Amino acid sequence: MQFSLGPVLYFWPKTQMQQFYRDAADSDVDIVYLGETVCSKRRELKFNDYFALAQMLREAGKQVCLSSMTLYEAPGELRELRKYVDNGEFLIEANDVGAISMLQEQGLPFVAGAAINCYNQHTLRRLVSMGLTRWVMPVEISGQWLNDVLNQDIIADIRDCFSTEVFGFGHLPLAWSGRCFTARSENRSKDQCELCCINYPQGRDVKSQDNTQVFVLNGIQTQSGYCYNLINQLPTMQDTVDIVRLSPQVIGTFDWLAKFKANLNGAAPQQLGASDSNGYWLNLAGMATG
Amino acid sequence: MELLCPAGSMPALKAAIEHGADAVYIGLKDDTNARHFAGLNFDEHRLKEAARFVHQHGKKLHVAINTFAHPNNFQRWRQAVDMAANAGADVLILADIAVLAYAAERYPKVERHLSVQASATNAAAINFYRQFDISRVVLPRVLSMQQVRALARSCDIDLEVFAFGSLCIMAEGRCYLSSYMTGQSPNTAGACSPAAFVNWQDNNGTLESRLNGILIDRFAPNETAGYPTLCKGRFSVGDDTYHALEEPTSLNTLDLLPQLYAEGIKSLKIEGRQRSPAYVAQITKVWRAAIDAVLNAPDHFNVQPQWQQVLAGLAEGSQTTLGAYHRNWK
Repeated sequence: MQFSLGPVLYFWPKTQMQQFYRDAADSDVDIVYLGETVCSKRRELKFNDYFALAQMLREAGKQVCLSSMTLYEAPGELRELRKYVDNGEFLIEANDVGAISMLQEQGLPFVAGAAINCYNQHTLRRLVSMGLTRWVMPVEISGQWLNDVLNQDIIADIRDCFSTEVFGFGHLPLAWSGRCFTARSENRSKDQCELCCINYPQGRDVKSQDNTQVFVLNGIQTQSGYCYNLINQLPTMQDTVDIVRLSPQVIGTFDWLAKFKANLNGAAPQQLGASDSNGYWLNLAGMATG
Repeated sequence: MELLCPAGSMPALKAAIEHGADAVYIGLKDDTNARHFAGLNFDEHRLKEAARFVHQHGKKLHVAINTFAHPNNFQRWRQAVDMAANAGADVLILADIAVLAYAAERYPKVERHLSVQASATNAAAINFYRQFDISRVVLPRVLSMQQVRALARSCDIDLEVFAFGSLCIMAEGRCYLSSYMTGQSPNTAGACSPAAFVNWQDNNGTLESRLNGILIDRFAPNETAGYPTLCKGRFSVGDDTYHALEEPTSLNTLDLLPQLYAEGIKSLKIEGRQRSPAYVAQITKVWRAAIDAVLNAPDHFNVQPQWQQVLAGLAEGSQTTLGAYHRNWK
């Protein structure tokens, strides 16, 4: 089993991003995803900056994948996507079928990110025929569901054509909107957002009126209030999951990577905290802990 | 410009047709559609009856099979397509890639519309779904009018937009908030914030609504309590307690009607298969009158105050919004 670092979902200053990826280069993570997946107005790092980071990480021995955006609404955003597709060197994670369309036209392989709606073996098989080489399953489906997809007859002869990846750590990306909720939380409209996401490097907490942390606001993205953590499920994933993804957090990402590696075979389980959850994998509500 | 109305039952379907709908959309009695609610929708017998009734009136029947098929029950989605096609549905509204492919191969002559649940918000995504020979795209409710206009002018395919009803503020088909809280989502179970998880409690006059135990809102005695759809609750962010995501409000695009018409939008969809026949009748009547007014004199269209009055009365929380169509909403 390999471990990956997902794209940074938050809006961090350029220096913080560069430091994070230097740390990633020095870590023993296998795969690194990078790119802006949430909001096209976030331009601390431009395409060339990501490309330079990608090269640096590759030289450090990492497999590198460029992640594309999830919600494309404007023609200008598609032009930016085209640059990623045409990069000529790195694998692309498609988070919208628009990206798959462009990659398919070029005959390029792709990773289908968790926001691509692939819920069953027939859709998976079609995506493989279009060029899918890695499938990050939707965050809301369970380990059993994954198992059920992979054990279908029509997957048997293509099982070697793709790897499977599971979002295993971090606040789950749960929804994308036309509206910017971080701007709204500051009484601003999206057009006048002043890039205020940069003031919230771990998003803004949303609590119920009786103080349960329900969501995290991250611009147009809504995340889980609890931090998803499948560390204790790793030993049960060996047959179905090839890669476990850790989503970068402001602190502790590499410590958790070490803990995950230590518990690959169940040797070092961790007690989950009150703000952690693992429900989706266990076929429960996502915020539940089993 | 077509008026496409919702029906969760035969009486609602008849109400829609009798009050001027050009087409009606319905779902089957299982989790193959995104309004999988108890007591709602059509079994095979009713589906055939619906098709007969709609066709007798020279109108069209759309059947939504727009959830994502489960690995062990793919057969159920196939059967839904078979059943709808054989009953005489004019259109299948589909989202799952595999279901689209099945319908395109098996029933090439039954029109396929790309469901809003497929979340196609841009020209490249629409291009992706063309391989399944779709004839129309239902646009998610996250786009501004300017973005709708850009798509209408750049994509050579019929577009359908939501004109009125409950407002999904997230890109449909990619929202997992409901399963995060309850285990059931529109994609997997055909329901958002399912009623089975709703709980109401009166605490000394303050009414609390919960979804699977999570407090969604508290209502003072003088407030109207709304259904606890989880994105429309009042939560705390920083020092403020407010509708952090969206107010309980309905989408209403009457003001945009001339612009939608000018851009050649093919169909206006009214949300609300879960609503009563009386609701469907009233809403259909207003939109029929409004669309006729645009068709007769597009340059002299005025929103009639009585239309707005009726629609406000039918809206969630008695409020309406232009939603994402209006940039300031974002």
